[in-house]
Amino acid sequence: MDHIDFNRLKTGEVNLGTSIMAVQFQNGVVIGADSRTTTGSYIANRVTDKLTHVHDRIYCCRSGSAADTQAVADAVHYQLQMYTQMSGGPPPVHTAAALFQRICYENKDGLSAGIIVAGWDKEAGPSVYNIPLGGGLFRQPWAIGGSGSTYVYGYCDATYKEGWGRDETVDFVKNTLALAMSRDGSSGGVIRMCVITEEGVERLFVPGNELPKFWEGAEVLGHAKKINQAEGLAPMVVEA
Amino acid sequence: MSVYRSPGFDFSNSTRNNFLLNKGVPLPKATSTGTTIVGCVFKDGIVLGADTRATEGPIVADKNCEKIHFITEGIRCCGAGTAADTEFTTALISSNMELHALQSGRKPRVVTAMTMLKQTLFRYQGHIGAALVLGGVDPTGPQLFTIHPHGSTDKLPYVTMGSGSLAAMAVFESKWSANMERQEALDLVILAISAGIFNDLGSGSNVDACIITADGTEMLRNVDMPNQRVQKERDYKFRRGTTAWTKEDVRKFVVEETVTSTDEMDTS
Repeated sequence: MDHIDFNRLKTGEVNLGTSIMAVQFQNGVVIGADSRTTTGSYIANRVTDKLTHVHDRIYCCRSGSAADTQAVADAVHYQLQMYTQMSGGPPPVHTAAALFQRICYENKDGLSAGIIVAGWDKEAGPSVYNIPLGGGLFRQPWAIGGSGSTYVYGYCDATYKEGWGRDETVDFVKNTLALAMSRDGSSGGVIRMCVITEEGVERLFVPGNELPKFWEGAEVLGHAKKINQAEGLAPMVVEA
Repeated sequence: MSVYRSPGFDFSNSTRNNFLLNKGVPLPKATSTGTTIVGCVFKDGIVLGADTRATEGPIVADKNCEKIHFITEGIRCCGAGTAADTEFTTALISSNMELHALQSGRKPRVVTAMTMLKQTLFRYQGHIGAALVLGGVDPTGPQLFTIHPHGSTDKLPYVTMGSGSLAAMAVFESKWSANMERQEALDLVILAISAGIFNDLGSGSNVDACIITADGTEMLRNVDMPNQRVQKERDYKFRRGTTAWTKEDVRKFVVEETVTSTDEMDTS
């Protein structure tokens, strides 16, 4: 599974204990991520952008070590520029994904990088590729990754339908990430999303105070209130 | 023996040293800048800040060191972590930036320095213990980055690093606002560094700052000195005649001797 094995990270390494996601729909793909970067228990960046541009219509979602995934994304970005110059046209998403996969597989002992590659090309239309820790390459209609993803596999399986339009897909990504971020301590902050279609890339942003809300717990059977009234308990007096 | 060498650097000595460390063989101590360094974007530029304490374990090795390093005229870099590593990596990148500017005939950019630094640090897989705050103004405008020892970078409007980063970040998170004036930003940076100096054991002494705008760079060495030594109110000296004596005896220690000449030395 693409769960991040934290023991593989060197101590003190900056970590993207993450929730990332990409979903295919009719005309394009929606990708999304939380915005938390941590070093141990400290949040080194609360507004990180984990949706990284590698070509005009191809983006990747990064999870694992920040240093490793940035280095890999930079290398692929460079190779895709070379490809475009030499072949005279934009690369297919599969090519980009294969470049990521090669680096991740050949250096599997030295890297901790879980990457989702997504985008649009004129050969295959929209596509999503998942590259988990060992360097495999899997095409999927939807993919989730990072430490937060383990909490929402069930939600995704139960909710996803084929044949969605743009808005439904955006809502699916937004809700899934909000649920993952609420259960996973290493994920949080804001939601960043990108809608990639033939026409272009549209960036979406959901602030931390406007995340979709779900069940957040309640007083057990409304007992807490009753006990307070009956016993005449008051909150502890604290000096102002 | 095989002539095959795997590509990239060989870190096996580091694995061996860690093994020896666990067996109880101590590693030599490095001077570290247990530090507070910060950077902050304002209306027309960048303000960088740093404390001036360098430590060697629990000992203060230098009470007034410089942690804001020169990269180019419009780009500066604050360093935290191993002092030698921050010193030499910034010097290396400074040289390469100068050569790059000469080669390309353009004003050097902050992203260029950032990319050079992250690629060098990534190659060494965290063994170069340099945590940096890189800031400057180039033709694309004011830019501010943090670079971690493993080679990851972040781009933010206000940043802190080093052991005092938590204290300094608390100040930024409560007081920073967009489009600040030059003086406002400088005051905020001094406040953030002061929070590190007073609340973090690894940081101390004075505040250094550096203001970078399109018009030029102003290095403010020791802008604030909140830890000046003052005249002691009392001392440990005894008044003359405090101790009584029963006997006085003055002796002469100079030994007198007469030199008589002997045979001349043969100098032929």
